[in-house]
Amino acid sequence: MRLFLVAVSLCLLSCAPNKGGVIIAGSTSVQPFIEKVAEHFMEKYPEIKINVQGGGSTAGVQATMNGTCDIGTSSRNLKPTEQELKTILIALDGIAVIVHGNSPVRDLTVEQIRGIFSRRIAEWSQLGVAGNEIIPVTREEGSGTRASFEEMIMGEEVISDACLVQDSNGAVREIIATTPQGVGYISVGLVDEREKAVAIDGTKPTLTNLIIEKYHFSRPFLLLLREEPTGNVKKFIEYVLSDEGQEILGSGGLIPANKVVAD
Amino acid sequence: MKDKIAEKLLLFVALSAIMSLALITFFIFQQGIPLIFKAGLGNFLSLKWAPTRGGFGILSMVIGSLMVTVGALAVGIPFGLAAAIFLAEFSSKTIQKTLKPIIELLAGIPSVVYGFIGIVILVPFIRVTFGGPGFSVLAASIILGIMILPTIVSISYDALLAVPNTYREGSYAVGATKWQTIVLLLLPAARSGIVAGIILGMGRAIGETMAVIMIAGNALKIPGSIFDSVRTLTSTIALELGYAAGDHRGALFACGSILFLIIIVLNIVAIRITSRK
Repeated sequence: MRLFLVAVSLCLLSCAPNKGGVIIAGSTSVQPFIEKVAEHFMEKYPEIKINVQGGGSTAGVQATMNGTCDIGTSSRNLKPTEQELKTILIALDGIAVIVHGNSPVRDLTVEQIRGIFSRRIAEWSQLGVAGNEIIPVTREEGSGTRASFEEMIMGEEVISDACLVQDSNGAVREIIATTPQGVGYISVGLVDEREKAVAIDGTKPTLTNLIIEKYHFSRPFLLLLREEPTGNVKKFIEYVLSDEGQEILGSGGLIPANKVVAD
Repeated sequence: MKDKIAEKLLLFVALSAIMSLALITFFIFQQGIPLIFKAGLGNFLSLKWAPTRGGFGILSMVIGSLMVTVGALAVGIPFGLAAAIFLAEFSSKTIQKTLKPIIELLAGIPSVVYGFIGIVILVPFIRVTFGGPGFSVLAASIILGIMILPTIVSISYDALLAVPNTYREGSYAVGATKWQTIVLLLLPAARSGIVAGIILGMGRAIGETMAVIMIAGNALKIPGSIFDSVRTLTSTIALELGYAAGDHRGALFACGSILFLIIIVLNIVAIRITSRK
């Protein structure tokens, strides 16, 4: 009986701070990084429960506006109709165009990349490189990475139906790593030694170039708020922007906001 | 009294299985059909699939699914039938007892493992030997062909065994060779079972998703050759469901509805054929 009472009160105790919990919802690109930060945060403050959900950037904006979450996340800038929300930049995510590790290609222009993904340029020889067919790999319809790539690089041009399609950064990377003729695009932080990030218009996607915003092909990771943060929400945001929180984001391959601002 | 309770209980369990099928059917069509009307049949049956920009054409995916399935049958039928004939007519009891379970074990390997083998071995082989990306109709056909082998082998084997021994004895008595007996007598006699096995295998090939996503490349363009990449209906659903919202989501359910119809038709045909005497 006593044990039972202890169990019940423990349960009540653990359920009680639910009121002080923080609900975060939005971009599926931001989600894994915020989850990691939240894990560390909850180790430090076990009494505060952080609940991280996905749904996409647009869903994050909506949820913040109508108050169903405390903090929204977005991997794109807000549209003019969404300007009423407060935004906090927590990191930048660069998008790298990658080729096979042994490929002689080091540098592509935006124009050439557009040509490759629209299939105007279908042969490596058209770019003065040895090798025959170019095999472009893109992301699936609806993907945020694809949307950023289309916006930042493709412009008015449309990604060809003849491109291979994969549904994650990892799957694209796997194909490029094993296909000598391949070209793909993934988050900068995920490029490993088996493939190579090319310079775009002469600028390599290095950390420095991203920080000083010389390499333009990056998207912001934002936290969204309806009003001035208070209590646990404020505590969590402060943690994300602290050196510790920023280091966690950086270790996942992002450019932490404190580095961008410091320059 | 006890019998009555048991009977009612069994009836309830049986009905719940049928109910879940009915619910799934209802849900898929309820989610998918409105989009078809909204987009219009012309749009739905076109080649342009860009669901975030109003293009809901599934034609290239339907063709992709069919190509991959035909390819799988081209691989699966000769090998499957040959294996069934060998097991039923040429091998001893011991060999049958060893080989048949091994072939049936193929059905127990998870499809993601087939896909993985495809990526690591088959795709690079095709790329190096024939050029192109390697992620292709050919790769998907070979892997799917292997995946449907157990279905074709075991059903055809059972059908061959079901042919009465008097047929064989009669055939040998009039001087036919073993080969003549198999081709002219046993295969026609076992035809309905064999065809049912092939159709069930076909259903499996059309419905397979994971292995196909991994090795078919998923390009939307209709392949010009078997070395080109291909996109099937199932891959589209699995690839895009993660971010799909609104009409895009509806369009994926519409893909599901079409798949559902194809599978139902195949199964009805299979049942018709097997029940025909």
